[in-house]
Amino acid sequence: MQTQLGSAAFPRLLRRSLSYIPSILYSLHSLLNLFHFFRFLSNSAPQSQKHKEMASPFLSNTTISFSSSLSSSSLPRIAPSIPFSSIRSNSTPRRILTVRSKIREIFMPALSSTMTEGKIVSWVKSEGDVLSKGESVVVVESDKADMDVETFYDGILAAIVVGEGETAPVGAAIGILAETEDEIAEAKAKAASKSGASTPSAPPPAPAPGAASTPGPPKSTPAPAAPTVAEGPRKTVATPFAKKLAKQHKVDIESVVGTGPYGRITPEDIEAAAGLSPSKKNVGLAVVVETKPAAPAKAPAASAAPSSLPPPVPGSTVVPFTTMQAAVSKNMVESLSVPTFRVGYPVTTDALDALYEKVKPKGVTMTALLAKAAAMALAQHPLVNSSCKDGKSFTYNSNINIAVAVAINGGLITPVLQDADKLDLYLLSQKWKELVEKARAKQLQPQEYNSGTFTLSNLGMFGVDRFDAILPPGQGAIMAVGASKPTVVADADGFFSVKNKMLVNVTADHRIIYGADLAAFLQTFSKIVENPESLTL
Amino acid sequence: MHSTLSFSRATTVPTTNYAFHSQSPINLRFCGLRREAFGISILTRSSSGRVRLSTRGRSKRISASTGNNGTPPKSFDYDLIIIGAGVGGHGAALHAVEKGLKTAIIEGDVVGGTCVNRGCVPSKALLAVSGRMRELQSEHHMKALGLQVSAAGYDRQGVAGHANNIASKIRSNLTNSMKALGVDILTGFGTIVGPQKVKYGKVGFTDNVVTAKDIIIATGSVPFVPKGIEVDGKTVITSDHALKLEFVPDWIAIVGSGYIGLEFSDVYTALGSEVTFIEALDQLMPGFDPEISKLAQRVLINPRKIDYHTGVFATKITPARDGKPVIIELTDAKTKEHKDTLEVDAALIATGRAPFTNGLGLENINVVTQRGFVPVDERMRVIDANGNLVPHLYCIGDANGKMMLAHAASAQGISVVEQVTGRDHVLNHLSVPAACFTHPEISMVGLTEPQAREKAVKEGFEISVAKTSFKANTKALAENEGEGLAKLIYRPDNGEILGVHIFGLHAADLIHEASNAIALGTRIQDIKFAVHAHPTLSEVLDELFKSAKVLDMKTLRKMKS
Repeated sequence: MQTQLGSAAFPRLLRRSLSYIPSILYSLHSLLNLFHFFRFLSNSAPQSQKHKEMASPFLSNTTISFSSSLSSSSLPRIAPSIPFSSIRSNSTPRRILTVRSKIREIFMPALSSTMTEGKIVSWVKSEGDVLSKGESVVVVESDKADMDVETFYDGILAAIVVGEGETAPVGAAIGILAETEDEIAEAKAKAASKSGASTPSAPPPAPAPGAASTPGPPKSTPAPAAPTVAEGPRKTVATPFAKKLAKQHKVDIESVVGTGPYGRITPEDIEAAAGLSPSKKNVGLAVVVETKPAAPAKAPAASAAPSSLPPPVPGSTVVPFTTMQAAVSKNMVESLSVPTFRVGYPVTTDALDALYEKVKPKGVTMTALLAKAAAMALAQHPLVNSSCKDGKSFTYNSNINIAVAVAINGGLITPVLQDADKLDLYLLSQKWKELVEKARAKQLQPQEYNSGTFTLSNLGMFGVDRFDAILPPGQGAIMAVGASKPTVVADADGFFSVKNKMLVNVTADHRIIYGADLAAFLQTFSKIVENPESLTL
Repeated sequence: MHSTLSFSRATTVPTTNYAFHSQSPINLRFCGLRREAFGISILTRSSSGRVRLSTRGRSKRISASTGNNGTPPKSFDYDLIIIGAGVGGHGAALHAVEKGLKTAIIEGDVVGGTCVNRGCVPSKALLAVSGRMRELQSEHHMKALGLQVSAAGYDRQGVAGHANNIASKIRSNLTNSMKALGVDILTGFGTIVGPQKVKYGKVGFTDNVVTAKDIIIATGSVPFVPKGIEVDGKTVITSDHALKLEFVPDWIAIVGSGYIGLEFSDVYTALGSEVTFIEALDQLMPGFDPEISKLAQRVLINPRKIDYHTGVFATKITPARDGKPVIIELTDAKTKEHKDTLEVDAALIATGRAPFTNGLGLENINVVTQRGFVPVDERMRVIDANGNLVPHLYCIGDANGKMMLAHAASAQGISVVEQVTGRDHVLNHLSVPAACFTHPEISMVGLTEPQAREKAVKEGFEISVAKTSFKANTKALAENEGEGLAKLIYRPDNGEILGVHIFGLHAADLIHEASNAIALGTRIQDIKFAVHAHPTLSEVLDELFKSAKVLDMKTLRKMKS
């Protein structure tokens, strides 16, 4: 009844949690759900064709049913529809062709528009049971209710991939259905490869509390060791909401660097790692959920597309933002909510230029020199290195991480020189080179571009004499550096001379950093630049 | 006049959970005990004053007649002494006065006990705030109603002040109500020195000894803190501290997912904290009907900033100090092996409550407590070490551990007063409702489904379950709060209500129709004809009763033959 690719089973509401709802209301409600569900499917990805085919039987048929939950193995073609299938297609290379429509996977169905994963409450059938069309196979718990999932095909339940009590994301294979007994062995092998293959994605399901992020270390840190827990290789500590977000946005929590108290991973860290703009604190989870089903490429972009814009000039072309451009756009719009102000300062660079000539052969770049100088000045003015996260408090950062804005083919990224005040000039230069290479190769890890506490932007090499930077969200200040140019100066005694002067202009968050603070910081910075010996120490 | 006002006010105060309400003198907690119309308080009070005068003689007569069983015949200072002026003691005292007894109440701390000062009353103030915060923060909820609200915020000091104000207001209401009725409030810790004899006094002062024909122990309970947990009152706290809301941590672990823990998780998440539950049992919210707790978990836990560890004990909790966070050692409840270490900003210990019975002088009358609880029979009469009843001594409330709810204590106290004034009375605990004031609320009365099934098997009857959803209720939909479920467990053969469980908007207020029906023995076939105003949330229960299928006599006979 379905196409070959089509779904093979549909979940049916059981007389369980929801069965008490009077039928009319209920079916209305579920039809609505259905509607949303299909709408979201067809919006979400190019694959909607298949789902549209599915939709018709559901709607003509008055039975309440949702998405496909079973589909034959020739998955790759519908792969884009389900994020998880990439794992699957990697793991089962081309066997697919040979077993076409004989061995079918039972999928975790999407039982509601907000469901991202489901828990197997129980398997109604066990391995080896013969199934006939319409029979309940498994009971799945969604975020809303428990539902029975029925099969659309006759066959034998060859293997259970996801056991009772376990959780699987929507679209993941939870069991294997074989058409005849002969295929059971083959199906089992497939199931084995499946569960093997699903190990890479195992970490997300694991955070089912309790087991959460407990690799092995706990045993090696028994009670008496507790006081020393803070030192040494520590385990990842993430807050409950951070874990939820990580799971939702498929962020590997182990790869995130925590910026919260005691180095714990906060929801903001996960959002930053997922490339989302930090949502306001206290916003319900539901708000965040909405962005998730969209295809990753256009995830953050969608939002601000006001319909009141004038019609485009005829002949113009519309090029959608890349992910990076969308992130920039989002950050820029967000920066408007911060009250900023700017203070400029002329700095004499003769001594710095002389030093640069000396250390250049050793691979030191001007960026490294400026970053080092800024970091040393920040060490004396921790306020300028702080940030205002919630509009109510100062967050003093323990590290001085200088983010440096870099233009790369049509985008902008800010690789971060971590602990720039502690590393020496040569290490810093080397580090910078690595970062730039990584940035070009698009291989920067999240913490390598989002852990900055102060940003440096230099347009001096273009001959720009002064400019004005926008403060990136989450930081207290950004420094815009212009070109160093020979300038006639009159000193206190009235003597004229020509000195190289460069204008720096710092934009800061006035909620936490006031004019005098910034001025004092700039004074220190200029002293360091004018007496740059300390930079090489 | 002023007092009348404050009384009627007091009755509207949201109440209970692990402890319960209190306050208004006359018109509450007659849960199934009496059907007289509730008098206007002034009237009742004046009449009770008269009665008291006339009955004093009678009580003397009684004491004379009982004089020869142990104690020398004499007259007593009081007819009734109650040790502990919490909600239980207060309820008993008011009913005793109404019955004409000369009554005294001994309190060593503040009037009102746990409920009023450190329990249900201040927590309701916090929950009132959290409910509103939740609503204002829920953008899609607001949008659905067509409302626009800019960012909601709160002032911690203001919230804490609200909780504190309401506690002191209700405390003074209680005190005034007892004084106005002529209850003597004796200050100091009460100790039983012998049969019908109590001494009381503040530490360092001379003790006074008073005698009474009957004595009620109503000393209540204190937060229970398991071994290995160091409570510093700042970062590792009990409900006593949490209610003062001295700070709102970014991340708080709550040990125990019962009523207290759940309510605090509601408060803290609404105020912006993240919460980690630590539960020793295998699932959250033990003690609730499984279906209800499952649904509640979907609504109250999963979508919120909460995670949990089940099947583990918090074996060691060290408060934050020396620049380190609060450290919690988790031990597997079954294997007793170290399982995990948590680092959080604060920990709230909500592992239940322990009876406060130390220093009561129970040894003087040969009574041995069991884990601190005073053993009693179903009439709250205290049982001594040999299994005999101690004459004229009763124990109510948390101190006997039968049902640790403030309103249960009060109902037990009233039951005792009924007995000592010559009317036998046994409280049906299955008719005592309980509520948890999360958003939405959870409430229940009677048996859970597993309990009912067990009883059905044991006693050989059938049970049926009926359910209705708040989604079908007009008022709930108008409020845009359709999430909820009401569940009825009953006997299809005779229509007896065994249990009712509600999860949804105002569940705590809705349960009383069911609890009253159980207390009065009303059957489903009768109550389903009762009329409910439309559109109200009470129609959820109306619907529930109507959807129950009670077999008629014909079918029954057929089944039997």
